Formats: sequence, C-alpha cells, structure tokens
Amino acid sequence: MAQLEEVNVDQFRHLVSERAISGETMLLNMGPQHPSTHGVLRLLLELDGETVINAIPDIGYLHTGIEKNMEAKTYIKAEVMTDRLDYMNTTGNNLAYCMAVEKLVDLDVPERAQAIRVILTELQRIASHLVWLGAFGLDLAAMSVFLYCFREREIILDILEMCSGQRMMTTFIRPGGIWRDVPVEFESAVRNFLKIFPKRVDEYEALLTKNPIFQDRLVGIGKLDAATALQHGVTGPSLRASGVNWDLRKARPYMGYEQYDFNVPTRTEGDTFARYIVHIDEFRESMKIIEQALNRLPMGPVHSENRKFVPPPRSEIGVSMESLIHHFKLWTEGFPAPKGSIYSAVESPRGELGIYLEGDGGPKPYRVHLRTPSFDNLSVINKITQGTLVADLVAILASIDIVLGDIDR
Amino acid sequence: MDNKLEKITQVLQKDFGATLEEFRGEVHVFVKAEQVVDVLSLLRDKYEFELLSALTAVDYWPQMSPRFNVVYQLSSLAKNTTLQIRVPVNGDPPKVPTATRVYEVANWREREVADMFGIEFEGHPDPRRILMPVDWEGHPLRKDYPLGYEEPQFTFNFDEIDLRKPYAKE
Repeated sequence: MAQLEEVNVDQFRHLVSERAISGETMLLNMGPQHPSTHGVLRLLLELDGETVINAIPDIGYLHTGIEKNMEAKTYIKAEVMTDRLDYMNTTGNNLAYCMAVEKLVDLDVPERAQAIRVILTELQRIASHLVWLGAFGLDLAAMSVFLYCFREREIILDILEMCSGQRMMTTFIRPGGIWRDVPVEFESAVRNFLKIFPKRVDEYEALLTKNPIFQDRLVGIGKLDAATALQHGVTGPSLRASGVNWDLRKARPYMGYEQYDFNVPTRTEGDTFARYIVHIDEFRESMKIIEQALNRLPMGPVHSENRKFVPPPRSEIGVSMESLIHHFKLWTEGFPAPKGSIYSAVESPRGELGIYLEGDGGPKPYRVHLRTPSFDNLSVINKITQGTLVADLVAILASIDIVLGDIDR
Repeated sequence: MDNKLEKITQVLQKDFGATLEEFRGEVHVFVKAEQVVDVLSLLRDKYEFELLSALTAVDYWPQMSPRFNVVYQLSSLAKNTTLQIRVPVNGDPPKVPTATRVYEVANWREREVADMFGIEFEGHPDPRRILMPVDWEGHPLRKDYPLGYEEPQFTFNFDEIDLRKPYAKE
C-alpha cells in the first residue's frame, strides 16, 4: 500500500478556472456527507460568492466491485448482486439482468411471467419516482411531500413483500421467468393501490405544481438541451424533458410492452420544472400499464419448462430422478452459457439500464458490464450548473435523479 | 442482419477493413485502435448514431494478443438500431485514442475503463482515476487481479486485523 498522498490543488488544476488557483474564487467540498447529495457523492465546487463556476463530481465512495464479484458467481447466483446496484429499482435491475441471460442462452419466458414482470417493474418505477419526488421536495424544503410519498411507497413495498418475502432486495424475477407464482391476494392488493394512487398523485400536484415558490425555484433553472443531453449519454426522464421522445419500452419493446397502450411523456423546456412534470406524468402512464397488464394477466406457467436452465418444482424432486439431477446441477454447478457477448437494455426509472454480458462456455459470466443510467446522467452536472446559485445546484442535482449505488456499482 | 445496418457495415468493411461478427442478432464490428475515432465520427455524423450507450472493455488474459477488447455500444435514435464497435488492443499499457471529442460521455466511461483495466486513452482531457482511490495500485477488473475480501473483525481480534488493514491511518 502506497503512502497516502496529500490531495492538493494540482490534481484539479485542469478542471477549475485560473481564478481558483490565484485564490480569487473559492474551492469548496459539498459532501461526501451532505443531505442534498443523495448519498455519498462529493462535489468539488468552485464558487464566486454564491455563484457556481464549476461543479466537479467525485464518485466512487460506494464502489463495491459488483462487476468483479459477478464474474466469480454462477449466472443464477450473480443475480443477487443486481439488487444492490440501484437500490430504488431492484426488480428493474433483476429484469435487465435476466433478460441479458435469457438472450445469451436463448431462453423463452412464458406470457404470464412476462405480464407479472411488467406489473412488478412498473410498480417499482412508481416507488422509485416516489422516492425521487419525496427527496426532491425535501431538497426544496417541502417536507410534507416526503412523508406522503413514503406513505404510498410503503404500499408498493408491501406488495413486493407479499410476492417475494422481501421489501427491497426481492430477486423475484429469475432467468426463465419468475421465482414462483404470485399469491392470490396479489391482484386485489394491486387493484387497491390503483384505486387510491391517482388521487394521491393529484394531491402531490396540488401541493407542488402550481405552488409559486416551487415554480420560482424550478422554472428556467438547469436548462439542458437535447444535443448536450445526447452527447453526455443522458437518458430517461431527463432526456425526455429535453424534448427527445426516447423510451426503450416504446422503441425496442420487451416483455410484451408493445401490447400496452401508454404514452411517453415529453417536454421541450429541458429545465428542472420539465423534469418534474415528466416524472409526475410517468406515474399516470405506469398506472395505465399496470391496469392493462392486470386485466389481461394470462393463466399458465410462470417460468420456462426448460430444465437445463430453470430448476424443477419442489414436488417433482421427490418422484423424478432427472428432476433431482437437474436441481442438484443447477444449484451447484449452474448452467453453461455459450461463448459470445450480448448487450441488452431496459428502461429503468432513470434511463437506459444496459447489461453487457459475455459468456465463455462455462457456468460463470466471463464479463458483466452494467451500463447504469445515473453514471452518465451525473456526468452532465458540470455543464448545466455553471452560472447558477448553490441553492439551484441542489435543485438540479435532485432533479436528475441519481442513485449512488447505481453510479459507483 | 438488419438491412439498416447492412449498408453501414459494407462501408466500414470497404473503407476501414473492418471484420464482422454476428451473435444473437447483434452485429460486432472489429476495427483497429488508430481508426476508432474516424469510425465513431463517421457513424455519428453520417449514420445518425447519436448516443454512445456504453463503453467498456473485456480482458482475455492469459491470451496476450489481443489481450483486451474495448467495446463501444452505439445507439441510433433516428434509425432505432444498435451497433457494437470492438477494438482489440494489447501492449503495456494498451493505448487507444480517446473518443471524448466525438461523444462527451466517453470522458467518464474512458476514465472508468482506464481505472479498471489500465488501458490508456491518448489525449484524454482528464485522466484521473474515477472509482478507485487516487493512490490505488493495480486495475481491479483485469483477470490477473485477484478477487479480494475483507476480514471480519470481532472483539478478540479487532486490533490484530486492524494493524494489517489497508486504509489510511493518521
């Protein structure tokens, strides 16, 4: 281990202006422990009074080596790592990973499993946007919104717990389908949520959307134009708020999204308020999708019958020698995947969540790369905060919806 | 192959001597390291690949030639299609020209690859480590880098393990 060097201004000389070196402007650390950075993010700010000249993010505090760890586990066991990646969107991460594995080994998913996957990921999208909205309000000193959002999020977490036994780290979606069928109470619980939630969204809007203080803080702040957004790889609601109609659920439908009738909310302003409106509209679109999926929820198996990849049901193990062998092989050795690499992407609440997966013929992934949306979305922060005030920086940072587990992996 | 991609890959084969591979409907185009900036500029400007979705690398150690593949995953919003550019590299450190001037997102993604694989991106405007601490030795995602672990500390062996734990003291 090398001796820890003092951090000095020379390392940042190429990032800050000349005035910072001469001491005319101030260099200030925001974070890594700061309530407005949404986790352990450090921003090195160059300030001229209250005006932000440069905001240089320093990430990696939450780096846990998920990609490296996944290389050491079988395809089935590596899935639990994906829950820990973006902890606001756990079923969405599971879905992205399972879709990548299914594409690599060429495995089909039955229709019922697809519909349940859609319902769960859309519920999780609402839960994630609720945390976003709550924290966004909190950063703008609207404390009560946070409490209301977490009240509704709890209903969704209860539904997830009902299915998988876990509130957050569900690992419910598995390669080839889902872990097991949803319980009988599932449908009524989701319908109950669909009944109460639209009114609650209206309540949040009543608190925020036309609130003059809220609007003063957001309208025209942190403008991001479409060309800059694409150059910086920004995806998700932040890109759609800049006028680009790009949603992978529409553009490259997966899991039967082409059957559902929903809109992709877009705005053209590209400011912080537009990002807020897009998030609010996505609540309503997600509810539409859940309702349609629930109405047409087909009966049938919930995972693939291909025993080479999906473990047999418990009841078969006692009576079938082959099932016992398959069960044993899958949980000890795992299944082999062919040599080759694929890239598979889904629309997470934050943008394009892509999985690059490479197999080498063995039971463990040779290489997994997680293209996480928050990472690229954060990289634009210096561009859109230059010239704003520190208080606006807080609002902009909250509006681009970052999750540090997603950035650092 | 998607007929939208057919024309593009033909141009890449003719002008850059690129080789193609197909797997599960995805097209992988192999080009040389010194051509990569030209290829990416051409794809962005002429064929509407506006988004560099992902930039990563794969280590094929102990195979030494080529040891690494740098992977550029491109998306076209206008055409709704994807294309993967792969650049085989070796050497110590392997060198690839930076794509930051074509796609600004490459700035952070290249820093990540440089941090994790030790691949040098020539001409990069900000070549610092991004995820690992500044004084970290080695590149964790290389295949010859062992997967480490942390020893759990209990009351009876807390001080003993603390002494050999690699973090900053004082």
